[in-house]
Amino acid sequence: MTTNISQEKPGGELELRGVSKSYGPPHLATGVIRDCSFVAEANKFTVMIGPSGAGKSTLVRLIAGYEKPSAGEIFVDGRPVTGPGPDRLVVFQESALFPWMTTKENIVYGPRAQGEVRRESDALAAALLEKVGLTAFCGRYPSQLSGGMQRRAELARALINRPRVMILDEPFRGLDAMTKKLMLEYYARLSEELPRTNLFITTDIDEAIFLADRLLVMSHIPTNVRAAIDVDLAKPRNLDAIFRDDRANAIKREALSLLHEESMKAYAGGSKAAADFIEAYRRRVSTPEADIIS
Amino acid sequence: MASDVIVTHASLGQRKGFLAKWFTRPEFNSSTRRGIISFVVALVLWELGSKSGAWFGVDVPVIGAVPAPDTVIAAWIKLIGDPGYWQSWLQSVIRVAIGFSAATIVAVPFGLALSSNPNVRSFAFPVFELLRPIPPLAWVPASIIFWPTQELSIDFVIFLGGFYTIVLNVLGGADSIDPRLIQAARSMGASPWNIFRRIVLPAVLPSIGVGMEVGIGITWEVVVAAEMISGGGGASSSGGGLGFLIWNSYIGGAYPNIIVGMISIGIAGYLSSALVRLCVHRLTPWLKRS
Amino acid sequence: MMLAASPTRRGALEIADAVKIYDPQGARIPALDHCSLSIPAGEICMIVGPSGCGKTTLLNAIAGFHGLEGGAIYLDGEMLCGPERAVAPIDCSRVVVFQNGALFPWKTNLENVAFGPIVQKRLSRAEAHDKARRLMVDAGLGGYENKYPGELSSGLQRRVEIVRALMNDPAVLLLDEPYRALDALSKSVMHEALLQTYYRTGVTIFFITHDLEEAVFLGHQVVVMTSRPCRPKKIFEIDIPHPRDYGVLTSRRFRELAAAVSACVNEEAVKALALGEKEG
Repeated sequence: MTTNISQEKPGGELELRGVSKSYGPPHLATGVIRDCSFVAEANKFTVMIGPSGAGKSTLVRLIAGYEKPSAGEIFVDGRPVTGPGPDRLVVFQESALFPWMTTKENIVYGPRAQGEVRRESDALAAALLEKVGLTAFCGRYPSQLSGGMQRRAELARALINRPRVMILDEPFRGLDAMTKKLMLEYYARLSEELPRTNLFITTDIDEAIFLADRLLVMSHIPTNVRAAIDVDLAKPRNLDAIFRDDRANAIKREALSLLHEESMKAYAGGSKAAADFIEAYRRRVSTPEADIIS
Repeated sequence: MASDVIVTHASLGQRKGFLAKWFTRPEFNSSTRRGIISFVVALVLWELGSKSGAWFGVDVPVIGAVPAPDTVIAAWIKLIGDPGYWQSWLQSVIRVAIGFSAATIVAVPFGLALSSNPNVRSFAFPVFELLRPIPPLAWVPASIIFWPTQELSIDFVIFLGGFYTIVLNVLGGADSIDPRLIQAARSMGASPWNIFRRIVLPAVLPSIGVGMEVGIGITWEVVVAAEMISGGGGASSSGGGLGFLIWNSYIGGAYPNIIVGMISIGIAGYLSSALVRLCVHRLTPWLKRS
Repeated sequence: MMLAASPTRRGALEIADAVKIYDPQGARIPALDHCSLSIPAGEICMIVGPSGCGKTTLLNAIAGFHGLEGGAIYLDGEMLCGPERAVAPIDCSRVVVFQNGALFPWKTNLENVAFGPIVQKRLSRAEAHDKARRLMVDAGLGGYENKYPGELSSGLQRRVEIVRALMNDPAVLLLDEPYRALDALSKSVMHEALLQTYYRTGVTIFFITHDLEEAVFLGHQVVVMTSRPCRPKKIFEIDIPHPRDYGVLTSRRFRELAAAVSACVNEEAVKALALGEKEG
């Protein structure tokens, strides 16, 4: 057991095979996920992007082990997932910090609950607090922290458990533009320093391309992987400069056209009139060669 | 002499200026001023109505029978010197303390059990809901029959007053704990006991607080009524209390004392609510106060 | 630019030297400070700037919710509000769509949309419902008429609100961060739907937002406001031709403009932060 958190065990590989999930009685079942398969490589940043709807969040719950899939299996390092555990930790968009505990108490909760030695977990917490820049706020309650600070505290609370897979479900949504930018750059840096497998879910394509080693474009419900795009841009990346690169733009364009299709399907949501509207609109839209303008 | 008059006027002016300045201090903003004015107006109306049976020439039927403020104050001053008055206070307060504490001690675990255990819920909740509409006061005769002493029977009725409220609030609070908090705890490898002790209990504390703050008010209502109904009992160990003081004053024809009793209970109720609120605030330091 | 053919293009907004001062308990806080802006008829004007700088105050003044302490606002030459707190009666020449949804939850969507003209006695119930139905189908909301707002997603609710606003044939549509709560992908769908509506009706749009990409994507001009008190700091002409679609997002011109607007806003935000620290 060491307080040097850089000497971490590397991240694990996450695999989904033919995962399906539906709710409701058999004859009335609503399929939320259908036959979803992908691999999130060890120590790489996999980003899932797709229209809002229950699909991606349900996937998160299945991977975290809060629910069981209706079909298919989920593996971490080859071992099947049977329930929640410290090897897969989730950071959500809305803070799940315990409101009645201070920042420090929140962070050491995991190790304490697992019975680790107090002095060691304290030292680890102090190191992480330092890393996330919240040392001065360790005695504050979550309600006294700003949105960005709460995010960082949650990251620390998860990281102290050294999870094999970190799952982040739209964690920076709702933050104002400047804080979001800072958090993105911050997390990218953190992931370089403390590598582990990251599964990051977002609806923002710029965010996705900035972070991803691999981009998974998800379909509208029933959710599965529509396309997998390798984002082979050099790291570390610069959020301001990233789209000056042609390759980044090409990826963005490819992803956007797929996303646009799926988003429109989500918007139509089964209404025939809406589907007609979309069809009519699509016909009059010009082709996306507008970057000829300079 | 003219100079005297001038000096008097000047000092009056100074005093008026001082008063005016005091009343325009920031604490006395418009809503406070309005509150004070309405209070004073109510007192004046009370005094006028009691003394003359009419408000500014308009006959008001009932108000002439109400004891006037000055008689009430006089009666109060007399009672303050009477040890029996303070004994009534003590008796009521003790009853409230016992009944309320018992209610809290039983209601909190019961409410938590109802929320967490579906079996307990399906067995116990229907019975609870069937009994709840029965007003605590309706239990008085049954209580007197079943409990060995009169004091215990009063305490039981008082217990019921707070019990139902606290159970409902605890149940509501436990049912509405953010499930993601429990999920997070489970993911981090916490045992069920740990989750109960470090997640569920603190999460429910604010609801327990609300239940207690409402419950203490209900407890006072029940105490007063129970004391009125069960009578003085003669001996100072049972019976008595502020409710009994009111009833006794009515029987005995000392009408101003009725009002004194009412105001005393109001003060006692307010003080106990404030005490409960203070305790709750101490126990929930993380809640934002406006 | 494809716009509905209308003989007189209405909706030219002229904000001339507007001054608005809030006076809570004697602390005279200037919200608008000699703010001047010109919005040609039938254009989309996007307003961005640091939080709390007074953008909503300007919108409220145009809408007629309050008056000004100085200067005036004109719509097609007629004064909307001016000094001495004179306010033109609230009519349907300008209609507001808010951030947090103002649909009546107890009315169906159709009833919501038809509400304005019925309550103002400009149309009979039957006429209003007909028109509402037509507008909803045009907007791709056919099939949702008899549903309740609560059954719709936020994005769709915003669409219904915009249709409700358009029922009144306003000259100006005032939007106060209507898509703020939506995620990026839903927003892009909403943008295209809004543009579709705009191309059909040619209404002038005054749109406040924090999302700079949204601003550059939609607007003919993007006005960056200074931190409190509010005044246009810089106006960017967005010379990307209409009609626009999501393909614009990866074009070089779009990126250049977005970067320029972003830099300008950040400058102001930093100033606002410094100001806040001094006051705090």
